[in-house]
Amino acid sequence: MGLIWRTLLGLMLAFPVQAQDKFITVSSTTSTEQSGLFKHLLPVFTAKTGVQVRVVAVGTGQALDIGRRGDADVVFVHAKPLEEKFLAEGNGVRRFDVMYNDFVLVGPKADPAKVVGTKDIVAAMQKIKSVAAPFASRGDKSGTHFAELELWKAAGIDIAADKGPWYRDTGSGMGPTLNTASGMNAYVLTDRGTWLSFKNRGDLVIAVEGDQRLFNQYGIMLVNPARHPHVKRDMGQAFVDWLISADGQKAIADYKINGEQLFFPNAR
Amino acid sequence: MPTFADALYGALALITSRDAQLAGIVALSLKVSLSAVVCATLLALPLGAAVAVTRFRGRRVLIVLLNALMGLPPVVVGLVVYLLLSRAGPLGQLGILFTPAAMVFAQTILILPLIAALCRQAVEDAWIEYEEQLRSLGAVGMRAALTLVWDIRFSLLTAVLAGLGRASAEVGAVIIVGGNIDGVTRVMTTTIALETSKGDLSLALSLGIVLILLVLMLNAAAYLLKEAAQRRYG
Amino acid sequence: MILPLKLDQLAFSAGGREIIPPLSLEIGAGVATVILGANGAGKSVLMRLMHGLLAPTGGRVVWSETDEARIRRQQAMVFQRPVMLRRSALANVIYALKIANVSARERESRALDSLKEVGLLPLAHRPARVLSGGEQQRLALARAWALHPEVLFLDEPTASLDPSATREIETVIKAFDASGTKIVMATHNLGQAQRLGDEVLFIHQGRLVERTLADGFFKRPSSAEAAAFIKGELPWV
Repeated sequence: MGLIWRTLLGLMLAFPVQAQDKFITVSSTTSTEQSGLFKHLLPVFTAKTGVQVRVVAVGTGQALDIGRRGDADVVFVHAKPLEEKFLAEGNGVRRFDVMYNDFVLVGPKADPAKVVGTKDIVAAMQKIKSVAAPFASRGDKSGTHFAELELWKAAGIDIAADKGPWYRDTGSGMGPTLNTASGMNAYVLTDRGTWLSFKNRGDLVIAVEGDQRLFNQYGIMLVNPARHPHVKRDMGQAFVDWLISADGQKAIADYKINGEQLFFPNAR
Repeated sequence: MPTFADALYGALALITSRDAQLAGIVALSLKVSLSAVVCATLLALPLGAAVAVTRFRGRRVLIVLLNALMGLPPVVVGLVVYLLLSRAGPLGQLGILFTPAAMVFAQTILILPLIAALCRQAVEDAWIEYEEQLRSLGAVGMRAALTLVWDIRFSLLTAVLAGLGRASAEVGAVIIVGGNIDGVTRVMTTTIALETSKGDLSLALSLGIVLILLVLMLNAAAYLLKEAAQRRYG
Repeated sequence: MILPLKLDQLAFSAGGREIIPPLSLEIGAGVATVILGANGAGKSVLMRLMHGLLAPTGGRVVWSETDEARIRRQQAMVFQRPVMLRRSALANVIYALKIANVSARERESRALDSLKEVGLLPLAHRPARVLSGGEQQRLALARAWALHPEVLFLDEPTASLDPSATREIETVIKAFDASGTKIVMATHNLGQAQRLGDEVLFIHQGRLVERTLADGFFKRPSSAEAAAFIKGELPWV
């Protein structure tokens, strides 16, 4: 029996213990990570400060929940109402605008709702519903899902009550939802970043873009050390400060896919 | 839809490319799953053997429970372990959430019942042959159980390999408790899930083939070791 | 001393059948006791009841010793088919000594001695499971010998062996007997009973039908069942 305990102990020590490394945990969203932004951004910060940034990328709801539980030091998401609720609950210290990107409505080339190339997103949503064209929704309480729901509301549609079989709730992340839309030739709301790196487009093309209402604001918050004493306040704050500093903002603007800038820094 | 041939070619390209990032992911996958197998085996073999040779109240209930838990859904284990290891949870002090240690912890819990249940069955079958002699010599309880485990160790290898298979194949548990952090807790299965969700299906499939080849190699190695050892010990 | 052994209204039933009706007898030291009977007479069950492998459903098994540990240590049993661990012959004997709490220093030398006693020393490091049936049975005896028990139970020890292996085993059993160990052996082999036994307990359908010294039993069995048994058995088996 002694052999068992000694082996287990040895194994646990084989994995480096947290306290020794200099790192912070940031909970963010899958769309942000999948856009490739972090791969570009984080090494710059680490080179400057020596602090490793570990990003746990999940849906917005889950990202905020991770912050609420104190399992992350910093929360970086794009759902302002939810972020403000987070602050109001006392889970965050202060919220800063960091950058915005935009959503685009993509849809099948065949375009049953006749919205490709139009500029009004709300009108497009109304048209989609009126012809009952297939529409794929994330349905996972993510920032993107939230944005989609706001747009239905703006279109005067009570989507929860009025949805029909044309409305497909996938309950999953951006990638899987795009996969589903591609497979079903459906319309889907997606962030530009994920779309630019998405490789399984099938017959999908960008239908509507550029509408002000499609802009997606990102905010960053340090998790409240008063509530969660173990939070790495100094290193976490350093990351927040850097991201909204000229340096960090420039790094954000420098990130491009195929020469196209994805995120537009707007920290004040 | 990527063809299987493309995926196979892609897999070979991946293997020969010696890509450092992929190597890191493969190394972590092995480290996590093999560690989980070692931990689970050390706990499960004595447990299974003890249940096989001893008689106590509720023994049959325990056997049914162990058998049923062989099918524990990985994502449920992941969720429960997450709640345990979260700072807001009872074991938050350990601070191992979102680290490989948490992944080992979760996978150990996942495969422990599997190895224990299979061990229990194997030992119970062997006990029929050994029982009288061992009891006559005065070996009972835990002692007899451990003696049997060592004696039928080659048969138990299959149980251990079943555990290894399950651990290296699962994604539900490690993705929740590990967080799929790039360079820290990203393993083969979570990478495949990630690439699939990004729509890069051909890369995902190639990675899948690499994973299967890896597990195949591990099993082949285990089998050859077992044959060599059997030849020595009879 | 754990002998004499008293069986007090010892009974055993299983599956609704009474296999051993209440039996009372005393087994003392000094004589080699042979339990004789046809297949299915209940010899094996009786042996296992005495050795403690089966719990009686009625009555008691009473040794002349109250310390449970001593009662265990002073008995050993050899079964019809030897069960060896997947280790060397020597390791098997050492294992038995380890269970018996013999000190680590003594184990190897005692094990080697007992292997020598049964003529298995050259095979000490062979995997026990690759030995022949006769060799494994000798190993079982060596294992029992190493423990220096007061009582040695043997349940049809040569029933699965050929004549030459049988002879080897009987030689070892005789040596055990000569060294003072109490032999209690179940067999259906008349010749073997004659060669090894000093007294005979004849069992028929679970009942003790006759108990006499060996000579008397074979020349003039007093019970009808015993007479029939002896006549029915071929003399050279």
